[in-house]
Amino acid sequence: MSDTSSVSRPERGRGIGTLAELRSIVTLPVELGMRLFDPPMRWVQRMIGARRMAYVFLLPNFVFFGLFVFLPIGINIVFSVTGGTALFPSQRPYVGSDQFAYLFDCGSYLDPATCREDHFWRAVANTVKFVVLQVTAMVLLSLVTALVLNMRIRGRGFFRAVYFFPVLLSPVVVALIWKWILQRDGLLNAAITTLGGQKIIFFVDPSWAMFWAVFVSVWAHMGFYTLILLAGLQAIPADLYEAAEMDATPRWRVLTHITLPLLWPNMIVVIVLALIKGAQTFDEVFVLTGGGPGTATLMVVQYIYETGFSSQVQNFGLAAAASVVLGIVLFVLTLLQFAAARRKEI
Amino acid sequence: MRTVTSLIAALAVSLLSATAFSGPAAAETTTLRMAWYSDGNEGEVMADLLRRFHEQNKDIDVVLDQVPYKAINENLPMQLASGQGPDIARVVDMGGLSRYALDLRPLLKDPSYWETNFGPFLEWMRPPGAPQAIPGFMTQLTVTGPFVNKTLFEQAGVAMPGEKATWEDWAKAAKDVASKVQAPFPLALDRSGHRFYALAVSQGTQVFGANGEPDVVDEGFKRAAQLVYDWHKSGVMSKELWGSVSGTAYRGANDEFKNAQVVMYLSGSWQIAQFAKTVDNAFDWVAVPNPCGTGGCSSMPGGAGLVAFKTTQHPKEVARVMEYLASEPVLAEFYSRSLFVPGHLGLAKKGIDYPTASPEAAAALKVFTASAAALSPIAYRTQGYGNSRIIFNAVISRLGQAVSGETTLEDAYKRITADVAQQIAERNKK
Repeated sequence: MSDTSSVSRPERGRGIGTLAELRSIVTLPVELGMRLFDPPMRWVQRMIGARRMAYVFLLPNFVFFGLFVFLPIGINIVFSVTGGTALFPSQRPYVGSDQFAYLFDCGSYLDPATCREDHFWRAVANTVKFVVLQVTAMVLLSLVTALVLNMRIRGRGFFRAVYFFPVLLSPVVVALIWKWILQRDGLLNAAITTLGGQKIIFFVDPSWAMFWAVFVSVWAHMGFYTLILLAGLQAIPADLYEAAEMDATPRWRVLTHITLPLLWPNMIVVIVLALIKGAQTFDEVFVLTGGGPGTATLMVVQYIYETGFSSQVQNFGLAAAASVVLGIVLFVLTLLQFAAARRKEI
Repeated sequence: MRTVTSLIAALAVSLLSATAFSGPAAAETTTLRMAWYSDGNEGEVMADLLRRFHEQNKDIDVVLDQVPYKAINENLPMQLASGQGPDIARVVDMGGLSRYALDLRPLLKDPSYWETNFGPFLEWMRPPGAPQAIPGFMTQLTVTGPFVNKTLFEQAGVAMPGEKATWEDWAKAAKDVASKVQAPFPLALDRSGHRFYALAVSQGTQVFGANGEPDVVDEGFKRAAQLVYDWHKSGVMSKELWGSVSGTAYRGANDEFKNAQVVMYLSGSWQIAQFAKTVDNAFDWVAVPNPCGTGGCSSMPGGAGLVAFKTTQHPKEVARVMEYLASEPVLAEFYSRSLFVPGHLGLAKKGIDYPTASPEAAAALKVFTASAAALSPIAYRTQGYGNSRIIFNAVISRLGQAVSGETTLEDAYKRITADVAQQIAERNKK
């Protein structure tokens, strides 16, 4: 026994030494790089003063955002006021607000059939329905799951991994898996017929198609939101629960007066993210239902994609106008959510 | 420091010398890119022909980019619009992409060969205002038509309708068979505007008004649309094709046909090679002539053309490749090995041997070749019209909505007319 321990100790020590050496090798170029930057940064600081140095550090991010976010937004706006099928803005005729006027030419916004561009309004109606159903289901299920996973249950780590696993899958893979399960000769129909039932052709029925679109979306993303809420639950000080326990507070009151109020900032994050992601839904639903039957699951982003890229006349102007409308709606929604969150904090 | 300088100098000298030795050889080879999609084995055949071309023409290397059909329809137009497209591509929307086409005429050794053999099809590829242009040639002439699962008819004990049978005859027979053998798809029609026109032309649609502009919704069109609508209502057609996706999305029933779930499948000659390979002898299948209606029995022509693009940096080399591929012996081999109906008038007249074709495939080729000879002028005109795909897409999108129960047929007719007018106006905006 003593021989074994005397052999293992130096090995462990050597292991730590090797790790330290490895770390120094890895960090060496970083340190060298930092030293290289040192003189120019000092020079810049001398030139502009220490207070303005924050802008210098923010500059790379500004450049990145400018190039990949603000510039495309600008180009999109330019496209939305032009017409025709040419790709380059310089070759596209200016049409002013015609594309927006075309989109908004409606007898009644509540009845897409009265709109000139009925597909857009059908997509808007579907997206609103999808977002309401999906966000509600997502928030409730994520909350319940997080509360359960926060309890001391057996196999907690395993279940946390299981709920998070779908998040790691590509949306296309998720949709294909469910498509195979739900199709005419899929797993679900096999189970139904084994139990003596009749096959259901889910994707020719508008209600079923919307139900599965929401279900699959919730299944795929719930793990992510559960994780956010779980982090929030674990951040709630334990002494609050201990105090409640000492006062023999009923569990329901603990939930409504301690857990939920303290979890609210995380809930806001979940609601905002789920809302934005829901309104931007495209890939999963597109692969799962193709927007059908008819246009029952056609979402706004799919409408934009099809108008701009997959229709015969690639109508970039109309697609860009629809993108601008979607962008404004998302921006307003986000502002409202943040305003609500701020009021709650006060 | 001196060591570092010497090292850099040595590296520079070695790089320069390497460039000097490899420079002339690299400059001699011109690389061209060809975008290609396949329905069957034609990609393999083309790769083989290009390999042989390269053996005879060491200075030209053609890279064959095999892409999905969707990429040809959706990505290629974007690439061409941005000037980043391939030198050559196999395309279906020849009219829509004609504005990017290269006129090979001044580069060809014998333009009259092209006019003689591809004459009527060149019309489909020519940009507006270029009546003499030669942009490419047909890799295949396709003809729409039905495939029938003969085994299911035999199992059901139902007689197959004869040669001049109407659509209604076939629909009734297919429904009888399907109900007896429990097949889920009595009649399947590709979810495609082009395939719908195989029905509409036979119902007498004229597509164009007296002024030559599209007048899509006429009596013949309405008869065809009503048939499709009624077939979905009565279960002759399953909503899984036309009613399960939205917009202009294409849906075929290849897989369902291969799995013996379809009694009669209206598609076209391009499926022959695929069915010969995948169905093999799992069941007996036959191609039958297009069913008839009040407007006759014509099916729709179509096909894919190999087209050169004016954005190419190497027009002369492109012309050499195209001349090789369009030459009679090479094209005969291509059609023969791919099991395609020839889009070369000389070869069509002589007839193509299909030694690799199974008996079913050979019989199907015979049926489709006969259909190709009986196409109506309106079918040709519709296919050759530059905005035909605008019409096809509007039709499929709006009829899809009607079939799924979202709108009425009357609403669909109004929308089709409005969509076609709006999209053509958008395309013409300069």
